[in-house]
Amino acid sequence: MITKRIIPCLDVRDGRVVKGVNFKGLSDVSSPVELGQYYSDNGADELVFYDITASSEGRALFTDILRRVAERIFIPLTVGGAINTVEDFDRVLKCGADKVSVNSGAIRDPDLIYAAAKKYGSQCVVLSADVKRVDGRFTLFAKGGRENTGLDAIEWIKRAVQRGAGEIVLNSIDTDGVKRGFDLEMLSAVCQEVSVPVIASGGAGCAEDFVTLFKTLPRVDAGLAASVFHFGEVSIPQLKAQLRDNGIPVRI
Amino acid sequence: MVAIVDYGVGNLFSLKSSLAYIGEEAVVTSEPKTLERAERIILPGVGAFADAAEKLSGCGLDKTVKALAEAGKPLMGICLGMQLLFDKSFEFGETAGLGLVRGEVKPIEPVIPKDYKVPHIGWNALRFSERGRADGIFKYIKDGDCVYFVHSFAATGCGESLLASAEYGAELTAAVRSGSVFGMQFHPEKSGDVGLKILKAFCEI
Repeated sequence: MITKRIIPCLDVRDGRVVKGVNFKGLSDVSSPVELGQYYSDNGADELVFYDITASSEGRALFTDILRRVAERIFIPLTVGGAINTVEDFDRVLKCGADKVSVNSGAIRDPDLIYAAAKKYGSQCVVLSADVKRVDGRFTLFAKGGRENTGLDAIEWIKRAVQRGAGEIVLNSIDTDGVKRGFDLEMLSAVCQEVSVPVIASGGAGCAEDFVTLFKTLPRVDAGLAASVFHFGEVSIPQLKAQLRDNGIPVRI
Repeated sequence: MVAIVDYGVGNLFSLKSSLAYIGEEAVVTSEPKTLERAERIILPGVGAFADAAEKLSGCGLDKTVKALAEAGKPLMGICLGMQLLFDKSFEFGETAGLGLVRGEVKPIEPVIPKDYKVPHIGWNALRFSERGRADGIFKYIKDGDCVYFVHSFAATGCGESLLASAEYGAELTAAVRSGSVFGMQFHPEKSGDVGLKILKAFCEI
């Protein structure tokens, strides 16, 4: 039985984790290496590192950090943020990333998905989509949710899968930060249309939200969150025990 | 010393790092002489079977790896590297493999239920066969431990070689052994502690 994945997401700027986390036993709360190790030791099934650096110096720092993470942490690593070209894929894969997540870069150049999937395989290409309801329609947003593309999100995701995206991270802007649960309606709409793994993102406020997610939508493969894990509102070992007690298969 | 065969397929960074982490000297090489000198060999691989088989034979390493394995040097194939150990694969037409382990590589889609996704991606539990239960390669882990899979094809008809399978609406071959040749369909270098323990056991064989 394949298990449901729990994935913490870490935002990294200039080589440091933004919104430093405060866990007991962590000496450097903003070190991606230490924090990644902490999550890996505490049941995370995969880690997402999101590079929010603006400068090219920061970019080089990020790849150096990634290499140090990959030397010590032996679970799948996904990297996102400022992935615009196949060269960007190459840069992070060489440093130990297993998957690369594309968002605005693929909206600007939809061929990026096909080119990357052809070169590295679909399993390596993750489409991250920021989606918001506009006049009752699921609409795709770019640039970290700031720009309305006017595109129908479901159509966009379907096309991305046809072009070779091997996984979808669906981030609901409507529920993001609200902490009252994942966007089940939006997730359901996407799961009905694609056959690749779907990762839910945006809205987790407590462990119960993950239970509801996997119970209501068995086709969702993973739950991704940032602040609820970082601020200790949800502990991954406790969350997994709760999922297991609810009959949801997890890796303990 | 462990030699990781470099034939232009896949990312070897994590594999090399994981061996370094457990204190094993590892070299990434495409030199037959280095493979001969190594105490054990790992054959990695991601991508498509035919392409990988062609690349491996293109640099002549197929014969070296096969000869060394037949002479008894411990060999571990990982993911596509595992599939290459078999007689043949049916991915995009029929392609011959190294023939070190009996069996054939076939798509998983026809054998799993319709609503199961392909590829089989994620953490799944190992189910040991009777032979697997007794095998030294699993001496540091236990039946039911989870490892990380990413694949659309799987080995079939492995018979006695089967060490472990994974349940995904059907029993998928997860690990095999024939003599000192091991095949792991999952990624030990991405399977956390459990994976590192399998690599450690391999380095003690």
